[in-house]
Amino acid sequence: MKVLIPSALRSYTQSGHAEANGATLAALLDDLDRQYSGIRFRMIDEQEQVRRHIRIFVNGTQVHDLAHPLAPADDVVIVQALSGG
Amino acid sequence: MATTHKATAARSKSTATRAKRMVLMVATRKGAWLYHGDSGRKSWRMSGPHFLGHTISHMMLDPRDKRTLLAAAKTGHLGPTVFRSTDMGRTWKEAEKPPAFAKAPEGEKGRSVNHTFWLTPAHANEPNVWYAGTSPQGLFRSEDGGVTWSPFSSVNDDPQYREWMGTQQDGTPDGPKMHSIMIDPRDPKHLYFAMSGGGVHESLDGGANWRVLINGMDVVEGFGFDPKLPTFHDPHCVRMCPSNPDRLYQQNHCGIYVIDRPSDTWVRIGKAMPKKVGDVGFPLVVHPRDDKVAWVFPMDGTQVWPRTSPDGKPAAYGTRNAGKTWQRLDNGLPRSNAWWTVKRQCMCGDVLDPVGLYVGNSQGELWMSRDEGRKWTRIAQHLPEIFAVEAAVL
Repeated sequence: MKVLIPSALRSYTQSGHAEANGATLAALLDDLDRQYSGIRFRMIDEQEQVRRHIRIFVNGTQVHDLAHPLAPADDVVIVQALSGG
Repeated sequence: MATTHKATAARSKSTATRAKRMVLMVATRKGAWLYHGDSGRKSWRMSGPHFLGHTISHMMLDPRDKRTLLAAAKTGHLGPTVFRSTDMGRTWKEAEKPPAFAKAPEGEKGRSVNHTFWLTPAHANEPNVWYAGTSPQGLFRSEDGGVTWSPFSSVNDDPQYREWMGTQQDGTPDGPKMHSIMIDPRDPKHLYFAMSGGGVHESLDGGANWRVLINGMDVVEGFGFDPKLPTFHDPHCVRMCPSNPDRLYQQNHCGIYVIDRPSDTWVRIGKAMPKKVGDVGFPLVVHPRDDKVAWVFPMDGTQVWPRTSPDGKPAAYGTRNAGKTWQRLDNGLPRSNAWWTVKRQCMCGDVLDPVGLYVGNSQGELWMSRDEGRKWTRIAQHLPEIFAVEAAVL
């Protein structure tokens, strides 16, 4: 599925979009990290929490739980929050 | 090993007489800059910004190979990492495994590293080994030149240390810090670290065991804080004398101290500072070859703790007799209405003769003295808020 990448993370992906797969949000992020080493830790901390100034939306709804299930057609958007700017 | 520190001082003096170039590493809120200087320390060539927009907490060049350059970084949105260069900043690679706490067991709340605050290269006999102190307080070690990092010793998760560390609210305005990680040049297993909120700690066995070193240190008065508890102690910066590793100086929230091991009691030498200035501040620099010489940069610690130059008149103070007397060193610095904040990593010295001193302030100015503080000149201005300045002779 297509994942929208915020500008703060484009040094990893070299693009505003990335293709990744996963049955859950956690799996998708693992796949992103497999492709772009180190990107996951910049968004998710060592306690598996979404970092304070990162927001993740699935089909327009904000998601905090990394176990959130994903379907192949889901739209995933990673956003850098205004609070972190 | 007993003569290692004498050898270190001798190497320092030798370097002082044959140095060709040097580099200043300036870490700021919005990026990093390198200033390459000639041996006369008269002309400076700027390189940067590196990592524009990133918060760089500390940069350090490995003195053992003079090639590995580490930068502790994060951005406003992203988690922390460490960048590494082996070509003086022309190219950088991110650490494969930056400092991170262990995942907490199910049902327990764990901590996450907000930023790596302090980088220390390890002993000369341990090439590629580094230590890092983080915010919140954590101690980490790398054995591959900063590529991967692991929690070091038990302090990060030890229940007693976690209690002493306090909470996020017990720390500095941007979180509690582990800092002043020091390695005895005579013995790689002899380690120290300090915590803002947590005191000073020592290990003689490579981190297997630690002891608290807070005797003689004062705590903030008037609140009933128990000085026997490390939690209430706020060392700002601790430095080991390269020429005499048994002597450590400390700039604390509550004054300037010295300790001569094997004594375990700190002596407050800051009481000899002028009363109008006081002995509160953040950074402290020790002379590379003379353990009686040290420098501080006082900050106003009255009432609401402004943390600006007392009376708006920035000055370094130096001692040449281990704190018995102090001299004001402000020739060339602004005379008034200069409300500088100089953070704990924002003053450093080189190993040349005479020693060069370097100061970075929150106003984005970089100043230097070629003669141990007797005269100051500005090297750079209009940088972002400076978080750390380090000097290396190449």
